[in-house]
Amino acid sequence: MTNEHTKVRIKFSKYGSMIFIGHLDIMRYFQKAMRRADIDIAYTTGFNPHQIMSFAAPLGVGLYSNGEYLDIEMNEPMNSKLMITRLNSVMVEGIDILSVKKLPKTAGNAMASVAAAAYTVAFREGYEPDFDYKEKLSDFASKDRIMVTKKTKKSEKEMDLKPFIYELSIVNDKIHMLVDASSSGNIKPSLVMEAFYKENGEVPSEFAFIITREDTYTNIGTDEKSEFVPLDAVGSEM
Amino acid sequence: MRKLALRDEILLKIDKPARYIGGEVNSVMKEKEQVDIRFAMCFPDVYEIGMSHLGIQILYDMLNQFEGVWCERVYSPWVDLDEIMRKENIPLFALESQEPIKNFDFLGMTLQYEMCYTNILQILDLSGIPFFAKDRGEDDPIVIGGGPCTYNPEPIADFFDLFYIGEGETQYEPMMRLYRKIRDKGGSRKEFLEEAAKLPGIYCPLFYQVTYKEDGTIAEFKPVKEGLPTTILKEIQMDLSDTYYPKKPVVPFIKVTQDRVVLEIQRGCIRGCRFCQAGQLYRPVRERNVDMLKEYASEMLKNTGHEEISLSSLSSSDYSKLPELIDFLIDECNRKKINISLPSLRIDAFSLDVMSKVQDVRKSSLTFAPEAGSQRMRNVINKGLTEEVILKGAKEAFEGGWSRVKLYFMLGLPTETDEDIEEIAVLSDKIARVYYETVPKEQRNGKVQIVTSTSFFIPKPFTPFQWAKMGSKEDFLDKARKVKQAVVSQLNQKSIKYNWHEADVSVLEGVFARGDRKISQVILKAYEKGCIFDAWSEFFKNDVWLSSFLECSLDIDFYTTRERSLDEVFPWDFIDCGVTKEFLKKEWQNAMAETVTLNCKEKCNGCGAARFGGGICFNREK
Repeated sequence: MTNEHTKVRIKFSKYGSMIFIGHLDIMRYFQKAMRRADIDIAYTTGFNPHQIMSFAAPLGVGLYSNGEYLDIEMNEPMNSKLMITRLNSVMVEGIDILSVKKLPKTAGNAMASVAAAAYTVAFREGYEPDFDYKEKLSDFASKDRIMVTKKTKKSEKEMDLKPFIYELSIVNDKIHMLVDASSSGNIKPSLVMEAFYKENGEVPSEFAFIITREDTYTNIGTDEKSEFVPLDAVGSEM
Repeated sequence: MRKLALRDEILLKIDKPARYIGGEVNSVMKEKEQVDIRFAMCFPDVYEIGMSHLGIQILYDMLNQFEGVWCERVYSPWVDLDEIMRKENIPLFALESQEPIKNFDFLGMTLQYEMCYTNILQILDLSGIPFFAKDRGEDDPIVIGGGPCTYNPEPIADFFDLFYIGEGETQYEPMMRLYRKIRDKGGSRKEFLEEAAKLPGIYCPLFYQVTYKEDGTIAEFKPVKEGLPTTILKEIQMDLSDTYYPKKPVVPFIKVTQDRVVLEIQRGCIRGCRFCQAGQLYRPVRERNVDMLKEYASEMLKNTGHEEISLSSLSSSDYSKLPELIDFLIDECNRKKINISLPSLRIDAFSLDVMSKVQDVRKSSLTFAPEAGSQRMRNVINKGLTEEVILKGAKEAFEGGWSRVKLYFMLGLPTETDEDIEEIAVLSDKIARVYYETVPKEQRNGKVQIVTSTSFFIPKPFTPFQWAKMGSKEDFLDKARKVKQAVVSQLNQKSIKYNWHEADVSVLEGVFARGDRKISQVILKAYEKGCIFDAWSEFFKNDVWLSSFLECSLDIDFYTTRERSLDEVFPWDFIDCGVTKEFLKKEWQNAMAETVTLNCKEKCNGCGAARFGGGICFNREK
């Protein structure tokens, strides 16, 4: 990275059949999209130069999103509106560019900036739980501890989810949650849902949930008193 | 928003769901109400292989330019989805509209290699289309085959309504017009096939009959309907600079085998290697105009966003404007940080210089394809590459910093002796010696790495070797063992790694390559017993194939190891690829006499392809 480069954060959505495209392929997709849109993206030096591009938080296959982010570095800044138009003209159905912001020079990289993510969970038709999830959620959310078994490649360990759940409520008949998405605590919404089902004596089918990541947040407050804002709130229009 | 043919649950369960959802960059969507002909173009193998094929991209782009025609794509569902579709009775669908293939007007299949034949049946089966053309009704699509395997379509003739022999750019437009005309006046499927069979290059197997002699060879092959040609001349696009070529090829989401812009610079090959089918089929040699190629290269890179461009041809070094094209590409690609890949280059000073500019010398390897170890054998196969040239190229490459070499050879060539086989090891060793003589000790980065690979020779139709006896599995493995022994007795054996190809698949490929109509029953039998994706070693079931031949009372050796007389009628003789049987016979005799034939640039050898009235040989004569 050199000082002349402009750091830019791009926000996009993922929906429709694009939810079946995995993270690595989304990265390749954006590399090609930058070329198609003729974006003046900066490259690393060396024999095999590659685009300076990094993604905030990989989204699992099958999840929808209204708040995905990637950072790039550009040789020259470009008008935000023009860049949105240019990028959207080369997108496929299922990915829309929502915002393009210039980042302050001091901004950390996208991935390290991620502190939390908001999700909406709905149920696929025919996969609704037997218990009244709208009624039961507030009991579940007000528990002191939410113990789950987190499986890693090597071991299983008991952990308390509660400190990592910042919000859990019903919004428009769907389950809304704001959870830790930082590298140290990254909580999958399905883990919260499994605990919720278990609390009510059920085991969810792996296809039961339609999960949408509504936005990805960074913490502009302190560790003790966090203040979450969307990742692009730290940038400004170009 | 498009509705997908597969439920979320299925897409989330299977490997690489992106194979089945369509919607890729540059894929073509049309309004159903705005079109009256639906064409499904199929490559009967998995998506990643099919999407890497240039021919389909050309035809897809072309058909979608036709008014009223919507061409979509379909590939073989991988085994995981195949199982689910059978269990749940989900009909095979096209990627764009996600609608069942069965509802289409045409199902086109490109046949690029023989080992995809059971996948043809998979496609038909999952689509709900009868296997045999004779059993199809008015509601079934017209099933049409194209591609190199159609130069001997007989082993799969029963499964196709039509074959398109030759290059696709010329006859699809008239065929679409004909289809529309007959359908709009209420004509039947049969009426269309009868008229289509009169189009140039089009073969309708139902209207041709074969009779056999007692020894199993062909007695007669003739049309059973009046007004149909007895021989079918291949179609050819003579002007490659003013024709269809996709400026916006489809860009897959997942990584496919050919994940780059492919620029086809010419068709045909001047070399005339006697084992090579492509070298005969695609004559005469026709180059694309260099200005057209420059324009397309820029446009295609812009429209796809690919980070790599590759040149495609049988022998890129023979393209007359290669230096000009490469200079342009290097300039263009350096600015845009795009890689250039240059396959099929002859190793010489020019190509080494170019390669050192476009790739990391330390990481790349050089490829030589001497095809045979001894000069005698190379004369037999007419591979005009001498040991002197190979060693000189290697020396220059080692001086330029390369230290990895790949060598390709064939085993089981006509007239091959044990000495010819040993020479494969000797030549590999000589290249290693050149390295140690050329590169001083202090500049070496470990040993030179030489990878020597052999494949088994399979005689193909329309080559001078179409009369040749093919080796048996035992012959092949014995020959591979001899190479292995010879390699370990070389001075530099530790620098040479030897790989050989599986023999079982080669034998079967040999049967299909020169097979007749009787073979279709074996293919169906093997498919019914579970054979599919035979080109994939993990799915190839040799024992099932062997038992299928037995059950059909067909003898593999009849198709492979049998001696063929010069006057035998071959199943593919009714096709005229431009090159005459007389020429091929003469070349077969030249091979036996170890006589080399000059290439098309040096001298016209009268192969017959000049009758198309163009190409480098014709233009030179003028």
